[in-house]
Amino acid sequence: MKSLLRHLGRYTMLMGQVFRKPDKWAVFGNTLVRELQNLGTNSIGIVIIISFFIGAVLAMQTSYNLINPLIPRYLIGLLTRETMLLEFSSTIVSLILAGKIGSSIASEIGTMRITEQIDALDIMGVNAPNYLILPKIVAVLCFFPLLCMLSMTVGIFGGWVASVTQHLLTSSEYVYGIRYAFNSYYIVYSIIKIEVFAFIIATVASYHGFFVAGGSLEVGRSSTRAVVHSSIIILMFNLLLTKLLL
Amino acid sequence: MIEVSHLTKSFDSHVVLEDISTVFRPGQVNLVIGQSGSGKTVLLKSLVGLLPIEQGDIIYSDQSLKGMTPVHRKDLRRRIGMLFQGSALFDSMTVLENVMFPLDMFTSWNRTEKAERAQACLERVELPSAAALFPSELSGGMKKRVAIARAIAPNPDYLFCDEPNSGLDPLTSIVIDDLIREITHEYGITTVVNTHDMNSVMGIGEHITFLYRGHVEWTGTNRDIFHSGNEALDQFIFAAPWTRQMKK
Repeated sequence: MKSLLRHLGRYTMLMGQVFRKPDKWAVFGNTLVRELQNLGTNSIGIVIIISFFIGAVLAMQTSYNLINPLIPRYLIGLLTRETMLLEFSSTIVSLILAGKIGSSIASEIGTMRITEQIDALDIMGVNAPNYLILPKIVAVLCFFPLLCMLSMTVGIFGGWVASVTQHLLTSSEYVYGIRYAFNSYYIVYSIIKIEVFAFIIATVASYHGFFVAGGSLEVGRSSTRAVVHSSIIILMFNLLLTKLLL
Repeated sequence: MIEVSHLTKSFDSHVVLEDISTVFRPGQVNLVIGQSGSGKTVLLKSLVGLLPIEQGDIIYSDQSLKGMTPVHRKDLRRRIGMLFQGSALFDSMTVLENVMFPLDMFTSWNRTEKAERAQACLERVELPSAAALFPSELSGGMKKRVAIARAIAPNPDYLFCDEPNSGLDPLTSIVIDDLIREITHEYGITTVVNTHDMNSVMGIGEHITFLYRGHVEWTGTNRDIFHSGNEALDQFIFAAPWTRQMKK
């Protein structure tokens, strides 16, 4: 408990330094563009691949379980859509990105810490947490909703490909299913969730990287801790947000 | 000028620095020497404000570091250049971007002016053609020179060097030492160098502070060092058997 409070205190103080006016807006802008590329566009590939195959598998599994002739086949499309919108494209994508982006942030900042690059920033009079962490937070907050919507689209498309090529149902039945009883609030709900998860991933990983002490072994450990802790916090917030928003 | 007055620093119950008092003057290379664990790095980190002052004070040209507001401390740090033991260059930036970094952050110059200044600093450290390279493409000596160029780019009043010769061959060490001395004299900077490299001590030690078990054991110049009569200093300087024989 004491350790948890200590971590919470240090995290809060770090965030206090992060959320300040940048020393130079032009430098912040350049760093933000670089982070958008590192953390955003470089994640597009993995999101497309995973979403496509999960969408396809969801459609196939739903089809194999819907053996009752009284249940309409278009439910395969509906269930694929609901799963992608409500859970996969926000929570599961965030858990995957916590592994990819979270470990990358923690190891990048951790390496800068142990090679004295953060000390160099401090000595120059640069607010190191603000310079290093704020662009990452803004970049993920900007890009994660796009990845979420991309995941929804690709996942539903993957379900359609599997349904049509495996002759599980016709294309028009699938399209009817994904349009049936559509609630646009689910997209808002999903985007709110992924924004919260993006913030958790960026800040928890930065926190673990920033306070690394020791050598390369510690950087590796902090990277692992960053992934584990952000995943647990994401799952806890998923429950809380679902209770609050649905 | 930097004046250290009765500085004491401890970690838990372990006293690392005890009642340190010394003066580092501008326009000369001030060396802090001592065995590993004698407190050199702690002193340097205290000087640049990376470690808080517990007892005593550090005075920068009549300004107390202990009593400084965060704004004043930030201003002071912008007048400090530091050369780290591992160079601490930013991996994601080219050499030119590394040298331009402090100018990007704290000047309102346009890109051409900043690039010209950075290029001039690179020429000063004899690396005019390394601008487009990344730190991973440089040798240890080149990294140190780039770090010196980055440190002097914003025209600092104070230059701190932590073990500038660690990991370098003797010839490259001499090049780095000469560069530090020339820059110190040229710009009238107050330079403080942490070292236990005897070539540096003899080559550029215009003012030497010898730390022994956390306190100042001896101060003087490289000319005085052979005749100090201080047993701890003699043991440190003439640690190798051949140097003891040479002294005899």
